[in-house]
Amino acid sequence: MKEKSQVDDINRSIYDIKNENVDEYKLESGLTPEIVEKISSEKNDPEWMRAFRLKSLEIYNSMGIPDWGPSIDGLDMNNIVTYVRPNTKMSAKWSEVPEDIKDTFERLGIPQAERESLAGVGAQFDSELVYHNVKEEVAAQGVIYSDLESALHGPYADMIKKHFMKLITPQDHKFAALHGAVWSGGSFVYVPPGVTVEIPLQSYFRLNAPGAGQFEHTLIIVDEGANLHFIEGCSAPKYNVANLHAGAVELFVGKNAKLRYSTIENWSKNMYNLNTKRAIVEEGGTMEWVSGSFGSHVSYLYPMTILQGADSHMEFTGITFAGKGQNLDTGAKVVHTGERTSSYINTKSISKDGGISTFRSSVLIGKNAKKSKNAVSCQSLMLDDISRSDTIPAMDIRTKDADVGHEAKIGKVSDDAVFYLMSRGISEEDARAMIVSGFADNVSKELPLEYAVEMNNLIRLEMKGSIG
Amino acid sequence: MSDVLLQVSGLSARVEDKEILHGVDLTIGSGETHVLMGPNGAGKSTLGYVLMGNPRYEITEGRISFKGEDITEEGADKRAKAGMFLSFQEPLEVPGLTTESFIRSAMEQKSGQRLKLMEFRKQLSAAMEVLQMDEAYAKRSLNTGFSGGEKKKAEILQLMMLRPDLAILDETDSGLDVDAVRLVAKGIEEFQKERGGSLLIITHSTRILDSLNVDKTHIMVNGRLVNSGDGSLVAEINQGGYEKYMA
Repeated sequence: MKEKSQVDDINRSIYDIKNENVDEYKLESGLTPEIVEKISSEKNDPEWMRAFRLKSLEIYNSMGIPDWGPSIDGLDMNNIVTYVRPNTKMSAKWSEVPEDIKDTFERLGIPQAERESLAGVGAQFDSELVYHNVKEEVAAQGVIYSDLESALHGPYADMIKKHFMKLITPQDHKFAALHGAVWSGGSFVYVPPGVTVEIPLQSYFRLNAPGAGQFEHTLIIVDEGANLHFIEGCSAPKYNVANLHAGAVELFVGKNAKLRYSTIENWSKNMYNLNTKRAIVEEGGTMEWVSGSFGSHVSYLYPMTILQGADSHMEFTGITFAGKGQNLDTGAKVVHTGERTSSYINTKSISKDGGISTFRSSVLIGKNAKKSKNAVSCQSLMLDDISRSDTIPAMDIRTKDADVGHEAKIGKVSDDAVFYLMSRGISEEDARAMIVSGFADNVSKELPLEYAVEMNNLIRLEMKGSIG
Repeated sequence: MSDVLLQVSGLSARVEDKEILHGVDLTIGSGETHVLMGPNGAGKSTLGYVLMGNPRYEITEGRISFKGEDITEEGADKRAKAGMFLSFQEPLEVPGLTTESFIRSAMEQKSGQRLKLMEFRKQLSAAMEVLQMDEAYAKRSLNTGFSGGEKKKAEILQLMMLRPDLAILDETDSGLDVDAVRLVAKGIEEFQKERGGSLLIITHSTRILDSLNVDKTHIMVNGRLVNSGDGSLVAEINQGGYEKYMA
């Protein structure tokens, strides 16, 4: 047993390092068919993808921005450089990664994480994958883990074409359309039937250039009876220019397969995080989401699961922490279409220093989803009187024999509990951080140790200076 | 005559607008065991809270010194680090914070040093053994869903691990069955005899005192210490109650 469960000093600076801007070139700021063409040709897209991007751009230009959530008025697409790439090509060897980029990754702990038996690293630096490596034992099992661009030209090209943006279509919303037009980077994972990937696959996304959007696409297909844990972690340095993240995650869980998708997002406080995530689950399959949302200025994030196959199951475990100047609108959606499907949504949200945390859940149980079950539990913790927490549950139940439950609680940190911990020699600040970390343990206990430690660090970081 | 550990002089305190303590004087020497008795609502628990530094109570007069330092204005964490401990009558539940990680953090805070996990586990198991606590409680969230008895045991477990110089026990024996009282008393006895720790025991009953040497007994009525004596006063109260002090 390592001693990692103890959290020591927090050094925010490791998250806030930005390298000098050494990008080879940037595209002009606005978004036109020419730019999309340019991206497409740079990426050496197959023809269908080029057409798909242009079609998505049309849809993007024809759609309005959402008018129901937190304001995104601060976002000016004309000033967002959509595509920036570092001056390095794909590299499978750590030694070939340029020094300054390597330095950033070192600080973020990527190589260490890998050494600690993570299966592979697909770390995205700006818009290109610069480092990508799948450990031999995983590859030997027939598991494909690569960047999406090169996979488009490989033996799995047809599989990608069949699945790419079929779950999240460009028509979904304006930022899905934008994603379809300019997506860049991301991961492709295919786990063949019956294969259990014993160690989690990990991908670390990061934004680096001022004004750069990040439009990575993650496509994961877990075939019949297979089992995978995929971890996505995000940390971005601070900038003054508005930043946009509009990634897409599409997950296909086959018959009796199981996928756990874990995320810790820690965007810089100027980020507009408009990410879309969706999974579809076949008969007897299981989808598990573990989601920690920290950072960003505004977030819209509602991972959605379609329980299509009979007896399929979904669990969503999430935590959202909204501090000063943050408006985080998060939650989960589930659509039950198969019989005897079940879903359990368990979320916690924390708001502090005037932060706004809104939890939205949407549960649809279709008329054929006989004997399906759903439970939603949402707990909010308010750390002061100027913060805000809302819960907006929506339920649409179209069969009589469904079993549906919803529970919401809002609370505060009790002064008595703080005194109790202080009476054992814990400082007030640490006592509050311990109580808040404890509140978040629904997520931290589901995460691998390194990530749980990072999350506790983040909570402590966010709690710092909250006294007086 | 032992060294003075705690010196309370003319201590008055209130919660909101209600004055509860009226000029309490109390001196506890190193290694001494004091018992504080009194009818319900006399202010015994308040004295415990005020000594520990609960910010809910406001000290209106008097001072508290501990090991010769004036700690009247200090926060609870500073008092704990100086060697004071309060066993709560109703320990609070902290979901998600495991008992063992909390105790370890508290020990590290106090010593200012990292504590090796193996060493810590060994000490913890030994203390839990004395209290006959199932080791599963170490992994559970602090006090969360514990029975009343287990909560009290968890308090004494913390006492044994943190090894303070002065432990204030607020009705640690209330709500415990005979066996649990015996185990808790064993933990306290170990603290008293092996550690040479001082005790201020707030109690209604004598069961917990059987195995302890009591140096002094104080009777509190309406926020005042109305009588002090040696250990024999406990028996006297058990016979006659507080009636003669209530006039």
